[in-house]
Amino acid sequence: MPFVANSDADRRAMLARIGASSMDELFSDIPAKRRFPKLDLPEALSELEVMRELESMAAKNLTASTCAWFLGAGAYNHFIPAVVPAIASRGEFLTAYTPYQPEVSQGTLQAIFEYQSMAAKLLGMEVVNASHYDGATALAEALLMAYNAGGGRRKILLSADLHPEYKDVIRTYFEAFDAQLVEYSGEPAMAGADASTACVVVAYPEFSGEIRDLRAGADAAHAAGALFVVHADPIMCGLLKSPGELGADIVTAEGQSLGNSMNFGGPYLGMMGAVSKLVRKMPGRIVGEAKDAQGRKGYVLTLSAREQHIRREKAVSNICSNQGLVMLQTCVYLATMGKGGLNAVAELCWNKAHYAASRIASIPGFRVETKAFFKEFTVFTPIPAAELAAKLSRRCVVPGLPLSRYYPERTHELLVCVTEMCTKGQIELLVDSLTEAAK
Amino acid sequence: MNLKPEPLVYELSSPGRLAAALPVCDVPKTPVPASLARTELELPELDELSVVRHFTRLSQKNYSIDTHFYPLGSCTMKYNPKVNEQAAGLSGWRNTHPLIGDEFSQGALELVYKLQESLREIGGFAAASLQPAAGAHGELAGVFIMRAYHLSRGDTKRSKILIPDSAHGTNPATCTMAGLTTQALASDADGKVDIAALKAALGDDVAGIMITNPNTLGLFDPNIEEIGRLVHEAGGLVYGDGANMNALTGVFKPGEAGIDVMHFNLHKTFSTPHGGGGPGAGFVGVCERLSEFLPGPIVAKRNGKYALEMPKRSVGRMKSFYGNFGVLVRAYTYVLMLGASGLRRLAENAVLNANYLKALVEKTYKVKYPRRCMHEFVAMGDLAEGIHTLDVAKRLIDYGFHPPTIYFPLIVSEALMIEPTETEDKETLDEFAEVLLKIAEEARANPELLHAAPTSTPIGRLDEVGAARNPVLCYRG
Amino acid sequence: MNVDKNARYRISHEYARKDGANVVAGISDHAQDSLGDIVFVELPSVGKTLKQGEAFGVVESVKAASDLYMPMSGTIVAVNENLQGDPALVNKDCYGSGWMIKFSPTNPSEWDGLMDAAAYEKEAGKE
Repeated sequence: MPFVANSDADRRAMLARIGASSMDELFSDIPAKRRFPKLDLPEALSELEVMRELESMAAKNLTASTCAWFLGAGAYNHFIPAVVPAIASRGEFLTAYTPYQPEVSQGTLQAIFEYQSMAAKLLGMEVVNASHYDGATALAEALLMAYNAGGGRRKILLSADLHPEYKDVIRTYFEAFDAQLVEYSGEPAMAGADASTACVVVAYPEFSGEIRDLRAGADAAHAAGALFVVHADPIMCGLLKSPGELGADIVTAEGQSLGNSMNFGGPYLGMMGAVSKLVRKMPGRIVGEAKDAQGRKGYVLTLSAREQHIRREKAVSNICSNQGLVMLQTCVYLATMGKGGLNAVAELCWNKAHYAASRIASIPGFRVETKAFFKEFTVFTPIPAAELAAKLSRRCVVPGLPLSRYYPERTHELLVCVTEMCTKGQIELLVDSLTEAAK
Repeated sequence: MNLKPEPLVYELSSPGRLAAALPVCDVPKTPVPASLARTELELPELDELSVVRHFTRLSQKNYSIDTHFYPLGSCTMKYNPKVNEQAAGLSGWRNTHPLIGDEFSQGALELVYKLQESLREIGGFAAASLQPAAGAHGELAGVFIMRAYHLSRGDTKRSKILIPDSAHGTNPATCTMAGLTTQALASDADGKVDIAALKAALGDDVAGIMITNPNTLGLFDPNIEEIGRLVHEAGGLVYGDGANMNALTGVFKPGEAGIDVMHFNLHKTFSTPHGGGGPGAGFVGVCERLSEFLPGPIVAKRNGKYALEMPKRSVGRMKSFYGNFGVLVRAYTYVLMLGASGLRRLAENAVLNANYLKALVEKTYKVKYPRRCMHEFVAMGDLAEGIHTLDVAKRLIDYGFHPPTIYFPLIVSEALMIEPTETEDKETLDEFAEVLLKIAEEARANPELLHAAPTSTPIGRLDEVGAARNPVLCYRG
Repeated sequence: MNVDKNARYRISHEYARKDGANVVAGISDHAQDSLGDIVFVELPSVGKTLKQGEAFGVVESVKAASDLYMPMSGTIVAVNENLQGDPALVNKDCYGSGWMIKFSPTNPSEWDGLMDAAAYEKEAGKE
């Protein structure tokens, strides 16, 4: 029987040592009528049968590796260097536990410290935690943090152009609280921050692809005594100014783009950073430097008094398991790409996206709506975008996300994403396919 | 183990080095406006071999299930099957986008659906969601569901959750995040929920109870259905924390015994790897009357096809997309490998291993509640004057074992919570017991060995006070 | 366990000591000992008005965190800035240099309801 080590002989010897006459006796505390219910599940398969089954299911999906791929909208087809999975699959990282015993977890702890360091520089923040579940929950918990630090201010100004799923998650998390979630359109500087505002929130870039003036937004928020919270594209931070540099107090990001596969939506990586005065209110694990009695430097989970296992009902968050291995992949990605590599990836995205936008804009009936963008932009289409997407996807050209998926009334808008993975040839194929399908 | 200090990746950096090999830009370039362009990017610069050596050497400073026995109570550190990794690594999973549309992701939807159904069956629940990203996330979803249920019936007074004093810290923290208050319930002399205390605490302001069974002492509470009955009669709901499901697969279905909503930790019972702190995945199962409140989207089967659906009165999205799909693949692979009888044998062997280990050490390490345990037991590590559980834990490291869970649950002083799991063989258990007894002897004869431990690791006990007083949380070039 | 004979105590281990028209407060020796090495103290802003029993801050050690409760109602007139850089003062000298807040009491009669040093010593000794 798979994965159980002991044989029948072992079990007999163990039962004898315990003084039990049978395995069933071990469960005598369970009421008889409830004990050993039937499980209506198939019997065990052999390893090769299991793989055959999984392979056949996996083959039923349309994947980025077989198509010209222009779909983003929160999950991105970026390059993953071979070093990343090679390191992350090492058993010593993969099957290690949460580093509560630092003496036997220095590998994990130092990797987290390195991730915190690189992410802090990338996002322009002074402190970064060890991860949250994904960009959406990181943003939701960042807003809870800003709300709790707001000294009684109840209003949160949310950009209407945040990812719709992120807005949903924020509303779920705030359901039980007396906050006022108010959406604003356009520039964050015009959001209307006032004395009742706990924080102003904007994405960088926004869901539509638009890049807003963060500096002006931060200044306006601060003038009203509010915090400025930015959700950023971490690849974009390799080319454009970081949110921290532009005045953000709290920055979140979706780290999936940094070395993690799209994996049908998870596991992803919630990145969260803040200015140092907010560190004791920040949820999540944090690693810090420490010394032992001999003066040797090591790393340890610290500021634990914020967390659930100590603070219990007064904890800033209930988070326990986070996204450790995904964070490790991002750490290895950042170390491998480094300064030169990340900048080069971001530049390729920028150049290819701008090229694609200019080519699409030249197709009759198509118009690019986004003014300032990085790798994603919104296109106005002459026929319903959902129809275009279905037609093209069946021919292995996935042109982007029809916005009607989230906004049913926005039937003629398509969110197109271009990364370093797209070739000029694929961009031309997209242009030809769109032209053809719109006739 | 690698005992040498390993420099930080920033300390290995050298200007101009580059590991990544990227393609040349094949399109005309567009200038980046100076007002937007970043002028400084402080990331390290290393060649690829240096990156590989660095992280490989770091990995060699870790204990892991692949290398060491990890009897961590409440964590279920069982073997993480390699077949799970092979299955999760298939390109058909890794390269599938969550928004590609139901038509083009039938394989992925099928897997989520089948895992939903399998786990539902294992727990005895009417409906389920796999969207939560971890156990605590599943707890949060569960408490949101309880709250939404009461509000949907116009019952606005139920703002309190009862939690046994032996509960995991996530339970009360979760309630706070859902805007509810908590009231601790004392355990009785046998480590079970005190029924008299429960009756006294129940009222029309109680939304429900959060209960772990077997509890954090490793004991199955035979009054579970009575507890459920009392809570239901008082108008409340019963939340089951499924962290200890490893004792129950194929043995007991919580959903058939009065549990209204429950989470499973897929990274515990269902063998997905701990990864140094995640990712996990939290299955949430519910009874019929709570099914419309589940977080979503979940996967439904309609006319032979799989589709994403939002439950009618869903508490909403808990995260973006549908859950930690990569983790779900591993859990599903595991369920297929075990099958119905394998699931039952899992629990049987987990409970046998725990009771065997308890029998070997309980004369020396007092077990506060000495009756038959389930998959884990709680002993006490204060073996001698001046010796604490922490010292025992650190000395175990010198013998090549990861320590058990320490100082939890809070209701046992000097707690040492031991959970061997079913994937360990008898020899490992015998060796571990022998070492524990040896350490007990050392505690009497040569306590300095414990106080100085560990000495076989890259660093010794760290000054955690200093680290918290003057936090250094990132590299300061 | 030391007690400051000039101070009065709340059951939650805060002490209060008269200082002219104001009252100085902190945590008792028993409390600092059970918390262990203090790593951080979160204090309120000057000018804040709180009721008796309301939380005025948090004291953290590596393994625990506790809310700090006002022994009497009052308006904060000063907080001990030294605790930011040296939280260990609370461990070393909780009644002296480890003081936490100074407040102007809004309901001075609450003083009479607090435990005196002897009564507190007896209560705390039971734990």
